[in-house]
Amino acid sequence: MQFMLIMTEPGQVFAERNLPDKAPAYWGAWNTYIGALGQAGIIVSGNGLQPPDTATTVRIRDGKREVQDGPFADTKEQLGGYFILEVPDLDTALDWAAQSPAALVGAVEVRPVLPPMPK
Amino acid sequence: MTDSARQAAERVARASYGRLVALLAARTRDIAAAEDALAEAFRRALERWPEAGVPERPEAWLLTVARRAHGAARRHGAVQADARQTLLLVQDAVAPQAEALPDARLKLLFVCAHPAIEEAARTPLMLQTVLGLDAARIAAAFVTAPSAMAQRLVRAKTKIRDAGIRFEEPAPEALPERLSAVLAAIYAAYGTAWDSALETAPDTGLAEEAIFLARLLVALLPGAAEARGLLALMLYCQARQPARRGPDGGFVPLSEQDSRLWSRALIIEAEGQLTTAARALSFGRFQTEAAIQSVHCQRALTGRTNLAALVTLYDLLAQQAPGIGVLVSRAAVHGEAAGAERGLALLDALEPARVAAYQPFWAVRAHLLRQAGRQAEATAALERAIALTQAPALRAYLSAQRG
Repeated sequence: MQFMLIMTEPGQVFAERNLPDKAPAYWGAWNTYIGALGQAGIIVSGNGLQPPDTATTVRIRDGKREVQDGPFADTKEQLGGYFILEVPDLDTALDWAAQSPAALVGAVEVRPVLPPMPK
Repeated sequence: MTDSARQAAERVARASYGRLVALLAARTRDIAAAEDALAEAFRRALERWPEAGVPERPEAWLLTVARRAHGAARRHGAVQADARQTLLLVQDAVAPQAEALPDARLKLLFVCAHPAIEEAARTPLMLQTVLGLDAARIAAAFVTAPSAMAQRLVRAKTKIRDAGIRFEEPAPEALPERLSAVLAAIYAAYGTAWDSALETAPDTGLAEEAIFLARLLVALLPGAAEARGLLALMLYCQARQPARRGPDGGFVPLSEQDSRLWSRALIIEAEGQLTTAARALSFGRFQTEAAIQSVHCQRALTGRTNLAALVTLYDLLAQQAPGIGVLVSRAAVHGEAAGAERGLALLDALEPARVAAYQPFWAVRAHLLRQAGRQAEATAALERAIALTQAPALRAYLSAQRG
């Protein structure tokens, strides 16, 4: 079964990515985590994302395109990256989610991926 | 012939519903589809058994037919069809049946107790899928509208099917949290059976089922003190069951029960379980409730009820599990030990909205008011209790007090 792990982190954690005294620890933790996922051979895909201030949001309202600076929701925790994992069940997915650096400071939402549409 | 086939089907349905649902759903996680498939199997049994006779192992027959129906429904459903799971179902259907079917009910209980399931749905879900209670009876036990309960159950089953929850006993670190929900469900099932014992057609199978599941838990988790506490509690209650109705079928309250009718064997077994539980030094509400029952059962030996011990235990229980039933019983015991006014004061302290439709509150209140000599108020409370009572034996008992 495939699950998406949606990693959210609070604003100051995004800033840590570039702070000389914090960055090595931040990236080190992610490298270790991604290394473990890779060793387990369960990554279907996954990426980290640029910080939320690089986001642009688009909506069509009354047939008109509205483009806005920033992420779609102004919340304290923001999407920082995602993985799609191939694991047997939710409990395994939750175990992996709990080990991620995001679980320590933010939250990880775990959702089953829809199976392909029938042809 | 038709009747005996119907009775056989009903007997198997009663005895095996939860076992069969658990086995079917363990493969696919789809509880709703497993229940549908089982209903289809029972329908075919009623068609076929009157002519062909009841098969030698009716449970295995039902399981095979239900598995085929379950597999077919999933193949036709196609959207979620997972070739691997379908293959497993087909293998199951053709594989020779083992002599004894494995018991997957504990797995199913723990799945229903998973933290990914809405908390309020966990116990009702266990009652429905593992113990086969219908939504209306569950709603009554939880004081909820049946339609709201039915919706909650559907949502929870959909989540189990789609969220990919593992069908296994949980890892040791997750056990304590999940176990308490499982114990609550087993206790609720026993409570339903306990109430039904006063009805015209008592559901005796449900009490046995609840006790059986508690035994299964104790065997699986010998160190779980509260599981043992719950088993002891139910054994004590079961011991007193024969004395709850008089020779005429009328209701006999605990204080008037003939203790010679209580089962000594069950009381001894309960004492043993409670003592073993207490050794783990991990106390909780079920051990306290079992201890309360133990005090009541000691009347069989001493001829009197130790009210001081009951007051202490009920005060403790009110801290551990301040549910409305516990608080009303506590008021009754205080009223017995320290005078009616003390009991009434405790009843008055309860939130009116919580007790408005709670029958035991009005019955205890009527009793205490009568003892306090407040006759007019006692009569009003008694009428209210009677209006809230369904079981005929209990109604008759209360009506006889109309003075």
